[in-house]
Order: sequence, then C-alpha cells, then structure tokens
Amino acid sequence: MVIGLEHYLIVAAMLFTLGVAGIILNRKNVIVILMSVELILLSVNLNLVAFSAQLHDLTGQIFALFILTVAAAEAAIGLAILVTYFRNRGTIAVEDINMMKG
Amino acid sequence: MTLATAFFYLFSIVTIASAVMVISARNPVHSVLFLILAFVNAAGLFLLTGAEFLAMILVVVYVGAVAVLFLFVVMMLDVDFAELKQGFLQYLPIGMLVGLIVLVELITVIGVWSVAPQAALSTPTPGHMTNVEALGRVLYTQYVYLFQAAGFVLLTAMIGAIVLTLHHRPNVRRQNIAEQNARTRASAIEVKKVPSRAGV
Repeated sequence: MVIGLEHYLIVAAMLFTLGVAGIILNRKNVIVILMSVELILLSVNLNLVAFSAQLHDLTGQIFALFILTVAAAEAAIGLAILVTYFRNRGTIAVEDINMMKG
Repeated sequence: MTLATAFFYLFSIVTIASAVMVISARNPVHSVLFLILAFVNAAGLFLLTGAEFLAMILVVVYVGAVAVLFLFVVMMLDVDFAELKQGFLQYLPIGMLVGLIVLVELITVIGVWSVAPQAALSTPTPGHMTNVEALGRVLYTQYVYLFQAAGFVLLTAMIGAIVLTLHHRPNVRRQNIAEQNARTRASAIEVKKVPSRAGV
C-alpha cells in the first residue's frame, strides 16, 4: 500500500479539526487557544507540503515557509499581548476581557 | 507494508494523539510538551514527502523558538489553571459536535476529489540539486519580494513584542547618560571655606 496525497490530507484534516475543537473546548484559557491556532497552521502546512510533493511544484513549500514565519510572528505577538494583559489584570481568562464592552 | 508506510502511520498516529493531548491536558505545561511532540512528528511527516528543509525549519523554529516561548510564558504567568479548566466538560458536547462536523465535511471534500494515481509522493528536485538548493533557487528569484515581506513581518512582530512588554516603572532609578555627560565642574563641585576648628 502506497501512501498517497489522500493520507496526508486526512491527517491534516484531523489536525485541523482538533485545533478547532481545542479553541471551543478551552474557551477560558488563552494559552491553549494559541496552541490550537498553531495546530491549525501546522495542518495547513502539511496540506501545502503534500500538494507540493503531489504536483511536483516547489511553490507549496515556499508558501509553507511563509506560513511558518507568520505563525512564529503571531505566537510572539499573542504571547506579548498575553503577558501585558496578565500584568494589568492579574488573570488570563477570556471571559474577563470585556473592558471595552464591545 | 514498506518502511515508508510504517513510518507514515507511526508519525501520523503520534501527531494526532499528541494533538488530542494538547487540547485536553489538565496542565498547560503538559500541553506545550505535547505540542513539541506533535511538531517533531509533523517534521517526520514532512521528511517522508521529501521536504527536508521545511522539516528541519519546523524543528528549529517551532520546537526551538515558539514552543520554548510558550513554555516560558506558561511558567512565568502565575495563573490558577485548574480554575481555567472548569468549563471544559460544559463545552465538551458542542466542541465534539463542531469538530465532528468539520472533520466529516473535510473528509467528504477530500473523498469526492479524485487524485491522479501516482507511485509515491516525492518532492521535485531538478537535476542533482538538494531540496535546500532547489528551494533557495526559487525563493531568492521568483519570490524575493515575498521573502522580504516575510522579513518585514518578523521585524514588525519583534518591535511589537518589545513595545508591548517593555515596562517602565516610574520609581526605579536609572542612568541618564546625557545628564551625566552634561555635568560640569561648576555644577558638580562647590568649594567651601571652612574656618579652622569649627567643623562644616
């Protein structure tokens, strides 16, 4: 049995689903939500790399590289916001982020 | 079953299992450690498709930088994580429902979509180039502007993170170099005439 594109797509779909479920399940904990976003981005990367190998086109890997960059920047900014928020309010519960009453 | 197939199943099962542990672990430190495991195994999956450079970058960037950043923040913040975990069971049904729907939809989309049969996935490497060289030849020619834009994104993120977390406390004495350099002999030293046997 040869591992084809579909196998990779299904693994990536399961990772994506777990990321989405993680965002819903850990509604209170911002850190786990950020980790779930990382899982989602990882699944997208897996898709891009699998398609790159299937279509014999390196562009997919280039874009996976850019997604990696943006994900690292996003994690840094998100955690910086989290640290600032914790310093000001003493908690990281998502429900308490309601000062602007939006 | 070939070795590549066995490794594909090993890596993907460990990745999925550790992703489950990431979202369900009670202690966020364990979540971060399982995130590292998931990323290392995803790097193994990348290796199987021939994307060697991306696999190594995934290990370096995610395990070496992002996961350590997460670990640092989790350990630095003094949060009662048990309290944050309370709504977990309450959200479990809706989370499972949404996850199941998303999974079924994605698998339906993939299933309907037919792919041309092929021997195995392999990354294109023209000639005798390595994966890194081939990637570099595309990245620095065709996508050079995008590459610089990625650099700008990282620069902005760095400046943003510093600006957000730099914390000036008002009652801390700090060195003012301009003021120190502006001192003259006249402003710093005062000569007093002390009468003898009288004290200052």
